[in-house]
Amino acid sequence: MSKSNGLVPSKLHAADAVRTASVGLHTRKLRAALSALGIMIGIAAMVGVLGLSESSKSDLLAQLDRLGTNLLTVQAGTGIGIGSGELPAEATGMISRIGPVEQTSTISSVDANVYKSDYIPEGQTGGITVQAVDVNLLDTLAGSVADGKFLDEATATYPTAVLGSVAAERLGIREVTGTQQVWLGDQWFTVIGVLDEFELNPDLDRAALVGMTTSETFLDHETVPSSILIRVDPDYVDDVTAVLSATANPQNPEEVEVARPSDALEAKEAADDAFTALFLGLGAVALLVGGVGIANVMVISVLERRSEIGLRRALGATKRHVAVQFLGEALLLSAAGGVGGVLLGWAVTGVYANIRGWTTLIPPLAIGGGIAAALVIGVIAGLYPAIRAARLSPTEALRSA
Amino acid sequence: MTATLAADPSASSAGSDVVLSLEGVTKEYPTTPPVRALRGVDFAVTRGELIGVVGPSGSGKSTLLHIMGTLDRPTAGEVTVAGYDVADLSDKDLSALRSRHIGFVFQQFHLLSGYTALDNVADGLLYTGLNVRTRRELARRALLRVDMGHRLHHVATKLSGGERQRVAVARALVGSPSIVLADEPTGNLDTKNSDAIVELIHQINEEGVTFVVITHNPDIAEAFPRTAGLRDGRIEYDTGVKR
Repeated sequence: MSKSNGLVPSKLHAADAVRTASVGLHTRKLRAALSALGIMIGIAAMVGVLGLSESSKSDLLAQLDRLGTNLLTVQAGTGIGIGSGELPAEATGMISRIGPVEQTSTISSVDANVYKSDYIPEGQTGGITVQAVDVNLLDTLAGSVADGKFLDEATATYPTAVLGSVAAERLGIREVTGTQQVWLGDQWFTVIGVLDEFELNPDLDRAALVGMTTSETFLDHETVPSSILIRVDPDYVDDVTAVLSATANPQNPEEVEVARPSDALEAKEAADDAFTALFLGLGAVALLVGGVGIANVMVISVLERRSEIGLRRALGATKRHVAVQFLGEALLLSAAGGVGGVLLGWAVTGVYANIRGWTTLIPPLAIGGGIAAALVIGVIAGLYPAIRAARLSPTEALRSA
Repeated sequence: MTATLAADPSASSAGSDVVLSLEGVTKEYPTTPPVRALRGVDFAVTRGELIGVVGPSGSGKSTLLHIMGTLDRPTAGEVTVAGYDVADLSDKDLSALRSRHIGFVFQQFHLLSGYTALDNVADGLLYTGLNVRTRRELARRALLRVDMGHRLHHVATKLSGGERQRVAVARALVGSPSIVLADEPTGNLDTKNSDAIVELIHQINEEGVTFVVITHNPDIAEAFPRTAGLRDGRIEYDTGVKR
């Protein structure tokens, strides 16, 4: 850059460039804070949405990991013209002979109702069903007992019942004392346990569960399977799924419904993804509005500080120095908004994840991308005002004072 | 105090070399109808001079100052500052020329409100490439030179008008420029402060600094060693050095 004319070119050190860029923020703090706030909200929204989506996804993965994705259910098809609503009695036995099947558990719907006492009118069933189940049900479904205990070989032969979480609430049983009884199928059954929610089979939350033998002995029930829960070797889930309906009901395989409960959880997550995209879009709009805010403030700033621009030109600033100063100011504003937004988004995610019991996870891309987006917006917003400031003739700038 | 502070070696040697010269300078503003603010001005400033340029408003004083200060280029004629022909210099070169060779004092002081006197004066060297420590040290010395040593760390907004103009004078001096151009330096001051600033300008000039003061006040201009009268864009009279 050195010229043959011997003049030492004007020069502005990087540190001084930053300092001149902060002059406007220094002298107009509230305005600077408000204009950075726009960017901050936009970035916070985007970081928060990405963080929440990531955190919930990791929670789902942990949940699937815990519950396993190798659970399949076989159910008698329901609907007009589709069978009797029952599976063949020997279905469980046949399914358990499929190679990769590790465990089966049968559920048989009992035609009975449960009441708090025998004084309750018959119509007020509370929507609670009665299901005869195998004692390995809890294990197969990865369920857990909230209070009391589950059916075992002994209690599965007596008039005892275990209640799903919703059923227990509707029957007014919160803690199991061992002496509580419910009026089930015109007999008193002792409640020995209350279960936690089943994440893989919410239908059982609204059921009173009794042992298979109990249902035959006390309720005169014929234990035909209504659905069968199957745990298979995780590597052969698809293979087993393919043959399951034919195995369960060789005569009418079309009357059998095969499902994989973990699919429902994944589908729910996919639906959440759609919302994530929507909120990201909203965040982008907020960011854009924030950028317009900064551009607006910068244009005003250039108008207000014409005399400062004139002074700096008189002191030896080149057009470039002036442009750098105002572009730098826009960048500082947007960077402050970006960093603030990332922190705010992080905080929001942390609080919400904490409430939901998730691990807080912010994708690094959201942090880097958030700040980068803020800076890009800053450059775009600051460019025009900076060029305007640089083009201002020194005499005009000084005259306007 | 002054002995150690006359930092500009060129200023201390009172030679007869020309610091600034205008030859046939015309400035026309392309409005409709065009305004001819300067009409063939010939004017030369020799090192160490203190000149008052006086004229009524509309006489072309501000235009003259802007052209002398290389903030604007003439429509016709030749401007030479510190040996450089302005016509040969790019916009960037003019910035460099201003940062090294020209000091400005304005009627409105133009101090950055949130900053201290010291920082404001140090900003006079901001674009010279000197490091911040040197800038501040030179600024401190310049402030001592204008009797503002007791106000170094006062924020500009806390200073009186007279004090602000002293800070502005210090900022103009801090880079040891070849010439200081003052545009109505007393215009925003009361009589007492105005007298004090004029007194300060005399004092600084005696230390060897070249000054051109533009004013509408004939009393101030005529008290200077050389006075030029400007009217309708022409130099109406020029006393030359009176003594």
